[in-house]
Amino acid sequence: MSGAATWSLEESDYQRISAHLNDLLKVSNARCALLVDRAGQLLVNVGEQMSFDATAFASLTAADFSANDQLAKMIGEPEFASLLHQGEKESMYLADIARRVILVVLFDERTTVGMVRLRVRQTVRDLVAIFDEMFRREAPGAAPSTERRGLLEGAEDEIDKLFGD
Amino acid sequence: MSMINYASREINCKLVYYGPGLGGKTTNLEHVYKKVAPDTRGKMVSLATETERTLFFDFLPVDLGTIRGFKTRFHLYTVPGQVYYNASRKLILKGVDGVVFVADSQLDRNEANIESMQNLYDNMAEYGYDLTKIPFVVQYNKRDLPNAAPIAELQSQLNPGWPVEEAVRKKVTPDPWHEGEFLIEEVDSMWLERAPYFESVAITGDGVFDTLRALAKTVLKLLS
Repeated sequence: MSGAATWSLEESDYQRISAHLNDLLKVSNARCALLVDRAGQLLVNVGEQMSFDATAFASLTAADFSANDQLAKMIGEPEFASLLHQGEKESMYLADIARRVILVVLFDERTTVGMVRLRVRQTVRDLVAIFDEMFRREAPGAAPSTERRGLLEGAEDEIDKLFGD
Repeated sequence: MSMINYASREINCKLVYYGPGLGGKTTNLEHVYKKVAPDTRGKMVSLATETERTLFFDFLPVDLGTIRGFKTRFHLYTVPGQVYYNASRKLILKGVDGVVFVADSQLDRNEANIESMQNLYDNMAEYGYDLTKIPFVVQYNKRDLPNAAPIAELQSQLNPGWPVEEAVRKKVTPDPWHEGEFLIEEVDSMWLERAPYFESVAITGDGVFDTLRALAKTVLKLLS
């Protein structure tokens, strides 16, 4: 491998993932759920619109999870598959999805940590299946989707123009 | 790891500013933050110590325009330059699409530059990334200082070139930013490739956007 691979989130992936996250919010009574990739990019954001900057939040989430991964290794654990940050009113629960993506659930006193943890388990299983399939699609040798194949093909001129060359 | 998000119609890429401590990485981001239109950038996040030394990273998302109806969103990160913070520095390289090495041109920072460049190669290798195969540019910062080393000296120390293996790439390639210089050329019957380089004074903004645009463009071209 020479560099980090490119991958895509297609409209149909987005719909399927959002449906699972909305189900999770319904059964757990949490406020909102976000999916962030390990490089810090926000993929999906469902539920209540929060007042914070979601992009900055996503980059900090990935850093938080990576730092904790290293702490886990230092104490002899292969990973911390989930993390809990508990505040007086607002709390967040983070869970690993297929070692590629992080699920973040924000909740308050309308629910409990136990309920969130319990409901997240099923969502993690569902999302792992979806992401495994998505990353298989992006694996070397797999044919890219027509949509993706066409996106930047022949866009060199447009890229030159964008940078004023 | 560039990510094409068809749902939000965005192409997301991660660029990392690497280099020795106090070399000007954060200053590069601060200049970009100041100069781009507020509606094309997000919030700048800095995880720094009380003395404003980067502890974990700085982060700034910027939109550089639209291609084929997709917003090109670049997530700019800096790493902590101090040797002490290697564990957190390495984490920031995860999923990187392009790297800027910000060298401190001052003569007495020569050793720190070399050590940091070596550290970059090592940390990239630990993720299985090959620095010679991903978009990579070198920025020589602090060119305004009286004790700045000559560019030729910095180039020979930090960007001496790596051997070109594929036959198809063994062709003389002029450096578009420096007349009479080459990115790929044959030296002593050996084909060598160097990373593009830029001179800068990050504190005044000179060279900051030239560096960013060159790297961002290379990253996008790889996707096309």
